[in-house]
Amino acid sequence: MSKKKLQPKQYLTGAALSTPKPCTWCPGCGDFGIWSAFRAACMQEKWDNKNTALVAGIGCHGHIINFVKITAFEGLHGRALPVASGLKMANHDLNVFVFTGDGDSLSEGGNHFIHAARRNQNLTVILHDNALYALTTGQASPRTPKGQVTKSTPGGNIDDPLHPLRLALSAGATFLAREYSGNVESLKEIIIEANKHEGFSVIQVMQPCVSFNKVYTHRFFQENIYKLPEDYDPTDTFSAYQKTFEWDYKKIPVGILYQEKRKSYEAQLPVISKKTLVKQPVKKKTITSLYKKFI
Amino acid sequence: MIFVCMKPFVLKIGGEAGYGIMSAGLVVAKIASRSGYYTFDYSEYPSLVRGGHNVMQVAISEGPVLAPYMHTDFLVALNQDTLHQHQHEVIGGGSILFDSAMNMSVKNVAKGVHIFDVPIHEIATRVGGSLIMKNTAALGAVLSILGGSIDDLCKMIKEEFRDKHESVSKRNIAVARAAYQYVQERHFDKLDPFLKQKRVRKEKIVVTANEAIALGSIAAGMQFAAIYPMTPTSAILHTLAPHQEKFGYIYKQPEDEISALNMAIGASFAGVRSLVATSGGGFCLMTEAYGLAGITETPVVIIEGMRGAPATGLPTWTEQGDLLFTLYAHQGDFPRIILAPGDVEESFHMTMQAFNLAEKYQTPVLLLVDKHICESHMSVEPFEYKKYSIERGNFVKTKRVNYKRYAVTASGISPRSIPGVGNHFVVNSDEHDEVGYSEESSENRIEQMNKRMRKLLTCEKEDMEKPRVYGSTKADITIISWGSNKGAILEALQHCKNVNFVHVTWMNPFPTRALNNILKKAKKVLLVECNYSGQFGKLLKEKTGFTPHDTLLKYDGRPIFPEEIIQKIQSLLDS
Repeated sequence: MSKKKLQPKQYLTGAALSTPKPCTWCPGCGDFGIWSAFRAACMQEKWDNKNTALVAGIGCHGHIINFVKITAFEGLHGRALPVASGLKMANHDLNVFVFTGDGDSLSEGGNHFIHAARRNQNLTVILHDNALYALTTGQASPRTPKGQVTKSTPGGNIDDPLHPLRLALSAGATFLAREYSGNVESLKEIIIEANKHEGFSVIQVMQPCVSFNKVYTHRFFQENIYKLPEDYDPTDTFSAYQKTFEWDYKKIPVGILYQEKRKSYEAQLPVISKKTLVKQPVKKKTITSLYKKFI
Repeated sequence: MIFVCMKPFVLKIGGEAGYGIMSAGLVVAKIASRSGYYTFDYSEYPSLVRGGHNVMQVAISEGPVLAPYMHTDFLVALNQDTLHQHQHEVIGGGSILFDSAMNMSVKNVAKGVHIFDVPIHEIATRVGGSLIMKNTAALGAVLSILGGSIDDLCKMIKEEFRDKHESVSKRNIAVARAAYQYVQERHFDKLDPFLKQKRVRKEKIVVTANEAIALGSIAAGMQFAAIYPMTPTSAILHTLAPHQEKFGYIYKQPEDEISALNMAIGASFAGVRSLVATSGGGFCLMTEAYGLAGITETPVVIIEGMRGAPATGLPTWTEQGDLLFTLYAHQGDFPRIILAPGDVEESFHMTMQAFNLAEKYQTPVLLLVDKHICESHMSVEPFEYKKYSIERGNFVKTKRVNYKRYAVTASGISPRSIPGVGNHFVVNSDEHDEVGYSEESSENRIEQMNKRMRKLLTCEKEDMEKPRVYGSTKADITIISWGSNKGAILEALQHCKNVNFVHVTWMNPFPTRALNNILKKAKKVLLVECNYSGQFGKLLKEKTGFTPHDTLLKYDGRPIFPEEIIQKIQSLLDS
């Protein structure tokens, strides 16, 4: 008998997503929640090595590529977005997820973040926001609150923090969401929605760093977030903009803050309107018709 | 006699920036080329759009001409500044055409120089109704003096203004004909039918290395290019951008050069042939991703067009000061292939070759060119590349059991796969194991580092080309050089006996053994290059231990001229 018949029909299982690499995040790290939510989304949506690719930057978040068995590119600090943009332009059939951190995307990669949003590249950005640099053992990041004492701000941080969703909105992103990494089920749904959305999707995931951040703890988020009400209209740009200013005790909104229908960058490239670039065979080309200009 | 005089005819046209000096020069080159001659043009201009001094020389000859010269046979001056700066270059028997409607004065010229006064300004405004047609008037006058084809010029004007209102080309043609006629009547006794059409005319194209690189990329099946504008390589993107749909590639202008190379790496990871182009300053930003391509073993072709450096330096002038930078840029060790084409022809073919090498060795391949060849047009026969075939190397396009992206092999080359075909792998900027997972053990590090570096040894054996020696093997003086100096040296060789020239195009891997063999037989070796510190000399010393007997270094932003090489050889022979 052929072995094939005995194999179960292809449902993605947790085992299929597992790699031989042991997880290296600190016990209690918020990244575990993101990992769980992403794996659950993969299983539900059957994202696998035939249809999905991951791109990560450098920071604790980037280690995720060692723990999910989906083809990945772990690039340089801050540069995940341009790599992902090139990947998506060359093969827009793939679901492309970008894992990045607050230091990675807002500091080192700030320019790329603005421009990928402006172009509305069809990417899903999962922004692990722990509000400091964790892998380098606890310095201030663009998300560190004013006044916080870190290794690089012993007298208290005098920089004001950046608000990634407000920044992304003004730069032209078309899907904005926020969730706390502990809300795994909700985060999973948001990741799925973000991937369905055509255009630049940013999910700011509040991801407590248990080792270095004593301000933004699990408890802090558990106590201070609130779910956007049912009647909240994410298509209204101005209310979304107002929501990005809400960051107070008991008043940190989570959920889908903004969604706009607009053509993605990839959808506007005539060369790939019928077929992905990678499916168009590499051929030697005759250039005689181009000589006219040079005679 | 050591020197035989066989110099080309050099026309130089100069004027204020913004009045189409460069396009006028190019028209002269194209008309000469269409009439059966060979040309090489060279332009000098400041980094601004209007108001500075622009000058372009077109060297014209019966046979191939490979470099600009210092002398001028025919100076076309559209402003006084051009006369000030260049009238002394005009040799006896040469000519000067100046705008007699502009209150200009010609003084202190060599004996026997013919003077042509033509009211360019007046013809442009009276006949064409606009000062902007000054260059057209000048062209009409030039062709009249040289016996060039006014019909060819009218045809080119029509082609040039095809997309504009009909009246634009009509008025330009009227201006050209009026200036042509004016010269025929006023200066009938001084005309020299130098540019008359030759009976046998080979089809030629008049292209720069920028254009040759763009054409070579298209021919080689390039699919993705991310280029941020920067002099002197912007014309690569100008050539690529309009033809994306027809040839099936994407050109993307990124937010900066960091993004450019990272995007190209992302596209290459997806499985398409990718290109970036920049200058030294942009390459500074790319150095980070240069090593990323190295450790992740991602194929990518990088064009680096050098200009006067450091920092903003001399933005519109030439230099060869980035050789050691590109050889050593980025932290640590990774295999890089660096090629340095010397002219338009080599730029075309090496670009095509670079795409194959990048995919075969899964590593960045950098083409080092400079402003001089990037922006100088040369007339060549249409490129011949029948023998070229696309080679994508060890490329796994289907699902494979137990697939390992970074499998350790004898050649150092591992099977490359792409996302979407079902193979799981990690392309990792961290040191990684064979699958691509981050791995920091001592054994793994050594194994992966050795594997990557082994690719260079394989490349040395299988692909590296020996330097080419021009001229007799037995020579009193051997010139060793690289890149764009090739043209001027070959021109100089035509004027000198007993001198040969070693042209090195492979910078990494380096043809050490071949050079040792050549240099040990050489009597006296002269190193020629365009930078302050003799960077190629340092590389040569590092690889072969050899020190040239003398050097000719130039770093004033101008290319080396054949006359300077001839003079240096003369002084070496005299000493």
